[in-house]
Amino acid sequence: MVGIDKAFPGVVANLGVDFAARWGEVHALLGENGAGKTTLMSILAGLYRPDAGEISIDGESVAFHAPRDAIRHGVGMVYQHYRLVASQTVAENLLLGLPGVPFRLNAGKFIRQATELGQRYHLRIDPSRPVWQLSVGEQQRVEILKTLQRGAKILILDEPTAVLTPQESEDLMRTLRQIAAEGRTVIFISHKLEEVRSVADRVTVLRGGSVVANGLAIGALSTRDMARLMVGDDMPSTRLNEQRVASTQPRLVLDDVSALNARGLTALKRIHLEVGVGEILGIAGVAGNGQHELAQVVAGLRFPTHGQVRLDGRDVTGVGARSMTRRGVAHIPEDRMGEGLVGNLPLADNAVLKSYDRPPIAWGPFLILQRVLQFAQLLLERFNIRGARPDSATRLLSGGQLQRFLLAREMALNPRVIVAVHPTRGLDVAATQQVQEWLVRARDTSASVLLISEDLDEVMQLSDRIAVLYEGEIVGTMPAAGANREQLGLMMAGAHHAAVGVA
Amino acid sequence: MAVSVRLERRGNLPLAQRILVLTLAVVLGAVAGGVLVQATGYSALTAAGAILEGSFGGSYPISQTLAAAIPLATIALGTAVAFRVQLWNIGGEGQFYMGAFGATGVELIGGPAGWPAVVLLPAMLLAGFIAGAAWALLPAWLRAWHGVNEIITTLMLNYVAVLWVNYLVYGPWKDPAGRNFPFSPRFPDNATFARIGDGQLHVGLIVPVLAAAILVFVLARTRWGYELRVVGENADAARYAGINVRSTMLTAMLVSGGMAGVAGMVQLSGIIHLLNGQLSANYGYTAIIIAWLARLHPVAVLIVGVLFGALVNGGYAVSQEGIPQALGAVLQGTILFFVLGIGDFFTRYRLRIISAPLASAASSSTS
Repeated sequence: MVGIDKAFPGVVANLGVDFAARWGEVHALLGENGAGKTTLMSILAGLYRPDAGEISIDGESVAFHAPRDAIRHGVGMVYQHYRLVASQTVAENLLLGLPGVPFRLNAGKFIRQATELGQRYHLRIDPSRPVWQLSVGEQQRVEILKTLQRGAKILILDEPTAVLTPQESEDLMRTLRQIAAEGRTVIFISHKLEEVRSVADRVTVLRGGSVVANGLAIGALSTRDMARLMVGDDMPSTRLNEQRVASTQPRLVLDDVSALNARGLTALKRIHLEVGVGEILGIAGVAGNGQHELAQVVAGLRFPTHGQVRLDGRDVTGVGARSMTRRGVAHIPEDRMGEGLVGNLPLADNAVLKSYDRPPIAWGPFLILQRVLQFAQLLLERFNIRGARPDSATRLLSGGQLQRFLLAREMALNPRVIVAVHPTRGLDVAATQQVQEWLVRARDTSASVLLISEDLDEVMQLSDRIAVLYEGEIVGTMPAAGANREQLGLMMAGAHHAAVGVA
Repeated sequence: MAVSVRLERRGNLPLAQRILVLTLAVVLGAVAGGVLVQATGYSALTAAGAILEGSFGGSYPISQTLAAAIPLATIALGTAVAFRVQLWNIGGEGQFYMGAFGATGVELIGGPAGWPAVVLLPAMLLAGFIAGAAWALLPAWLRAWHGVNEIITTLMLNYVAVLWVNYLVYGPWKDPAGRNFPFSPRFPDNATFARIGDGQLHVGLIVPVLAAAILVFVLARTRWGYELRVVGENADAARYAGINVRSTMLTAMLVSGGMAGVAGMVQLSGIIHLLNGQLSANYGYTAIIIAWLARLHPVAVLIVGVLFGALVNGGYAVSQEGIPQALGAVLQGTILFFVLGIGDFFTRYRLRIISAPLASAASSSTS
């Protein structure tokens, strides 16, 4: 792939990317979230078309209009979200869309074929089982088999180990080595340094949509080098707030807290966190390492299975979201339209989402409509949200306006604790700046802020202290002033388990 | 150039336009039905005249139309409450029967004992509400706590309720003086509503009107009404706000069933004056259509309810003109089909014809 450009409305995902993989190798594509890895590989797999650039296989230039063109040229991709029919069996899923399947199915033959293929690559799977009964790891095996059966010579996997148990990951690595040993190419998207190290022959690193390391041999690189390539080694950008010495007085304490995720698996493993009065604690980490569950536990939306949550010394474990709100915990959720706001209701209704149940908005079981409207108007004015009125439909606001409005509502609670999850994601520069300033100002008036963000720069700029979350554990806590990107990058990628500095 | 037709969701259409579209749909439906009537050798114009005459042509038809609208509108008000939180209560029919059962139970005690009407009627109304709500309790609990599909459970319970009432009127509650007909004893005067005018209209008319007024107030100006709105639009946001989604669902369902139960009581005290096994001409199912067409708004439910009452009476009138009653039903059917299938569809969606350059059409097909 030479000179690949790809832009989506508002974002440049790839810019002048060159990428080359050889037959018979496992090639890792490394980078942070949003570095453009998936986009680049989706272009190779024919899902997207590049704005510029050229793709060639064995020296022959190719242009894919659809994934099936790519399959025809032997390129197959296993996406993060599997595309299987849950109610059908493994064998039926393998048949789906396979060329040359006769109208009268000879199912036995295909089942035999699938079993043989599975044995060859250590992909143990019973072809007669329906997909909905399979674990995520087994479904992944079906996806890989499906891709191989379609004759893929170049197999692309998008963060395949993100959903696997350690044992399953190990099995997968063995399978990938086997596939490469037969002369095929395996391209492996990841941000976990250790597994890249253990399985890949060469590595290409993307940062901000461009290549920073092109096909380097793994043997020549240390884990530290890879981390530096991935997150960059530029000096931390100017801090937005003046560094504070961590207050000795903790306000929010998570003591030995464990919690499950929505699928019932352990997402937080006995973590210990303290956020002081007037402190911003930044949580760094690659998405999906327990951030979502951490925010929910603090907001009272998810109950810990172990441990205690304390607010100003009082046990508030399992008191629920409403009680947490009343105790002064504000929550800026990651999905502002899906969770923080109700798009089909007017702004006025959204303004009182956290305060409709008590005076002055409520009077006994009744709502005082006039106060609802006044309150909405107040939020719009005080936070300078132009062009919107209390009766405007919420879904018609822009992303920046929505986030300002949501923040305005949460700030109006005079919060003692603010849980902010990806508070600036998708916002333009002006809105980003404003949101960040508000968070700092809230901190200055002695609120405690738990800032969860996948943007490492943001975490480093805003936080007083930084904790790194990796696979549900706090792998280190450090003052933001002394933190460097390389060290954080290593910890985020799971290469560094020892706690650094004082908690 | 490639031309594609795409379906788009509309924003809220202005009220005037919505009424225009629906009126047009009624006219188109009537024309289509008229063609069918004409094709079978009867005069479509006579039929149309009969429907109008029979539903709105004078004080007797109007009173009949309003009388028919009472149970429809009352159940539909409740249905609309459940629908607002996305609970598809199909059990209005069964809850209506159970409400009638509850009211009769109280009547059997207080009627012969000579309780004054001002005591007995409210007691029966309350019993109707409680019995209807109780019938919605099981599906509501199964849905909110165990995720069991409420469409199936409410529908199934309809049959149970009808059979239960049938058991009572064939067995323990059969009128000993009723020459073995499957009826309960006739209600004494202290258990019935006074009639208004020369038709079947009765003072129970105030029940749906009052209920609609209360609902309008409750939905807009109480915490519970607010919670219904939030849960109905976005259950995740409701949870985020600390709203107890389960109990909101449960209470919405109880009110929904309770309203259908009230309708059962009103129908007994207002028109039938006894309990039997054929209380309802599918009122509970028709109410679903009414609630939907009214966009779940209480005042609109009243208006649409009256229109449906008119359709029912128009059907009777057609048969009096010597035209088979089945053709009256055909007319009702075509009008409904056009209103629901076309009028309602076009107030919610619009067709956009898009002509796009070939390139982008091709690329959109790959994604």
